[in-house]
Order: sequence, then C-alpha cells, then structure tokens
Amino acid sequence: MGAAMESVIDIEGLSLTFTRDGQRNEVLRGLDLSVPRGAFIAIVGSSGVGKSTLLRVLIGLATASSGTVKITPRPGQRQPLALVFQDSRLLPWRSVVDNVAFGLEGGGLSRAERRAKAREALEIVGLSHLADRWPHQLSGGQRQRVSLARALAVEPEVLLMDEPFSALDAITREGLQDELVRIWQLTGKTVLFVTHDIEEATYLADRVVVLAGSPGRVVADQILDAPRPRRRSQSQEPDLVAGIRQHISGETMVDGTGI
Amino acid sequence: MTDTTLSSAPAAPPARPALDGLRRVGLAAAGLALFILVWEALPRLGLFNPMLLPAPSVIPAAFWAELQSGAWAAAVSASLGHYTIGLAVGSVLGLLGGIATGMSRLAEDMTSWVVRVLRPIPGLAWVPFAIIWFGVSPSAAVFIIAIGVFWIVFFAAHGAIRGVDRDLIEVADAFGFRSGHERLFKILLPAAMPGILVGLRTALGQAWMAVVAAEIFGVPGLGQRMIQASSLLATELVVVYMLTMAALYGLLDTVFVAVQGWVLRWKA
Repeated sequence: MGAAMESVIDIEGLSLTFTRDGQRNEVLRGLDLSVPRGAFIAIVGSSGVGKSTLLRVLIGLATASSGTVKITPRPGQRQPLALVFQDSRLLPWRSVVDNVAFGLEGGGLSRAERRAKAREALEIVGLSHLADRWPHQLSGGQRQRVSLARALAVEPEVLLMDEPFSALDAITREGLQDELVRIWQLTGKTVLFVTHDIEEATYLADRVVVLAGSPGRVVADQILDAPRPRRRSQSQEPDLVAGIRQHISGETMVDGTGI
Repeated sequence: MTDTTLSSAPAAPPARPALDGLRRVGLAAAGLALFILVWEALPRLGLFNPMLLPAPSVIPAAFWAELQSGAWAAAVSASLGHYTIGLAVGSVLGLLGGIATGMSRLAEDMTSWVVRVLRPIPGLAWVPFAIIWFGVSPSAAVFIIAIGVFWIVFFAAHGAIRGVDRDLIEVADAFGFRSGHERLFKILLPAAMPGILVGLRTALGQAWMAVVAAEIFGVPGLGQRMIQASSLLATELVVVYMLTMAALYGLLDTVFVAVQGWVLRWKA
C-alpha cells in the first residue's frame, strides 16, 4: 500500500498569470495537487478555469508564475509525461506509424526499433491495421486513438489528457472512454484527465478534482470507489454528480463563494 | 444567348470522367491545331510579311539545319548550365534566407529594410554590375538568374515557415523537441514544404526568362543565339529557340510536378 500511495506529481501553491496586450489575467492561484502513482484523476471545471493550463504547465508548454511542481519518475524514465491534445494534432506529412513513433526520435533507437515500438502502441489502441495510412484518411475517433498511441509509445509514467474526447460524437466518445479505462488497467499508467463533462469524469476516474473560480483553484476533491466495470445507464453516484455540479455552478454564479 | 444556354444545359448528359478527360484532351489538341492553322495562314495569305512572321511549316527545316550545325546543342547545353546553376544558387540562398527570417524575429527585423530596398530592383537592372564583377561570362548569367530566383524562393520560404500552425510546433515542444534544429527539421520544414514547393515551381519558370535576359548581352546560350538570329532577320530561328525554351520548360515543369506530387503525397 505504501508504494501505491507514493505520488508521481506534487504540485504546491501553483499560480499562473498571463499578460496579454497589457492585460493581466490570473488563471490559477495557489493550486495544490498530489497525484499518486497509478491513479486515474479527472479534473473537472467549466471552460476558462485553467484546467488545460494546468496540464500545459506540467508538460512545459506554459510556465508557472509561482509555486512548485515536482515530478518523480521511475528511474530510467526518459519522458515521464506525455500529453494527448484535445484536437489530435497528428503531423499530416507522417504516416500513422511514423506519427506514433514521433516522440521516440532522438532516444538512440533505430528507425526500425522506433517503428516496432510504435506498432506495439498502435496494437494497444487497436489500430495496427491502419499503420501505413495518412492522417487525413482517418476518422476523428481514429485520429484521437493515434494521438493516444503516440503518447503511449514514449512509455510515460503519466498520461496527461486535455479534453481528448470532447470533439467526438457521442458513440465514438463512449467507445473511446471504455478503451481508455481498459488501457489504463492494462498498462497501469497514471492518468490526469481534464474534462468539462461531469458524467465523463465520474464514469472514468477514481478521483475527481473540481476546479472553479477565477482565478481557478481546487474547490472539491472526491474519491470515487464505484466498482468497475461501471454502468453508464444511470450515474452510480447521483449525489456526487449533483454535488460537483453545485460546486461548479456555485463558483460561477456567485463568484468566490466556494468551499 | 441566354435561351440557348438554358435549353442546351439539360440536353448535355453528365459526362463520365474518362470521357470527360478524353474530351478535354481533344479540345486542347483542336485548339492547338487551330492556332497553328491561323499562324500558317497569316503569312501565306500575305496578311503578314513572311520575313517578320515565319510560317510554322518552315520551322522544322530551320530546326534541322540548326541541329546539324551543332549550334542548337551548344546553345541549349550552355543555357541549361546557366539555368541549373543559377536556379540552384538562388534557391539555396533564398531558402536559407527565408527560413532564417521565418524562424527568427531578430533576423526578420534586421533585414526588413534591406529587403525593401533590394527587392524592387529587377534582375535586368543588375546587368551592369554583373558585367563589371564577372565580365561577359557564364558567371554573370548565373548571377542574374540567381537574383531573380532568390527573391521568389526567399518570400515563399519565409511566408511558408511563418505560416506553420503554432499547434504543430507545440506538439514538438510537448515531446521535448525544443531546439531550433529539431523544430526546423521535425515540424517547420515538412509543414512549410507545400508553400516552398510552390515558390520553387514559380522560380523554375521565372528562371527561363532570366536566362534570355542574362544571355542577351553576349554570354553564349539560347538568348545570345536568338539575338544573333533576329539581327540577321532569321526569324524562323528565333521561333526555333522560343519553342526550344517552351519545350525545356514544359519538360522540367512536368518532372517537377511529378516530384512535388510524390513529396506531398500525404496531402488530402
């Protein structure tokens, strides 16, 4: 149990302020979050609350104004984090397999070794048969699977997912949600999943962190222990969903009166 | 007019793709045949002095004579030499400049006024300097050609690099590829390739114009041969070289389009 509780990401007092066109825009203030190894954490909140910004800070696309982020990878981990973008952001000039192999470049592997690893990752997301296609030949759901495979290929400790299914139709989205849970259970990765969809968060995660307010901060942090596989027909924790909803709306309606 | 179009439109059945393609080739051939026919008729009917406009029927004989004397091969190989080297030098320098100013604000800001001063100067205006610096030599011709090519490729590359989607650059950043070198080769160059190739293709045509301009002042090649022929009123020979250039350009452009199609095979 001790090893399981060891945290892979520790965020303390994280604040971030943008200055754009002379306008100061405080996005996050004093955010604390500890991510245990192997957890599936959903970060929920309305748009503009800084959920995506948090992931961008973790992956190094944005710089925090203050606070500390400590990432503790397993020894020998080349790339501890990998990000799956909301839009798949495949490189259109690379075939599917070479897109998946992208993150492996510069790591001392030969082209053949990189492709072999990429094919393994494609196997996990069930797309080996499309390895030689071009991105424009794929459907939206397939593109997002390839994007997930690209992140998995670098064998990261943590998968950061930025509303990865929000642009997909409902049927594809549900298929990919189940796929993600299966992959999480199969690989034992830590998942940090950002979404504005509370149902999605409670269906997927075993812990839901709610961000609200402007600047955004953590207003609720709930453990979900509903057994898996979960049912989708009715939410297994209606009280919880209602509670989260209240946290979010409470913060947006009456600014600054959260918990 | 409106009546005929309206009534004929529904009568025409939707052509099948294969037939449609055949029809277009047929029309193009018919158009060309008509063009040659009119051209032939003008001097023959005495509407034009044959000295000023040679009929197409006299072209093959002129071409044959020029081929026999070896002048054609000499002119073509000399011009192709100027063309190839000028194109290569201009393209490489234009590409380097365009990439540098596309990637670096500093480089762009520092060069912006220099570019504004030099850009509007036409290639021909460089002829005096070309002669002073290089003499009447192939290097002078290469210089003139390279200048024209440089600007086309420079602006194409600059614009294409500048226009690369920031989101794709973020992908490289997110996977830890943050050096300028990694960005350039993993994202910027491949993403900018369509725009760069458009510039190169434009340069491919533009360089032929520069070849003639560069050779007119006496560097051996097609251009010089054309000027010689025109001063002797051997207009059929001028036409021979005009068609030679058109054929060479057509050939190179066809090869280029094929290569371009292969390089950009990832495009939808």
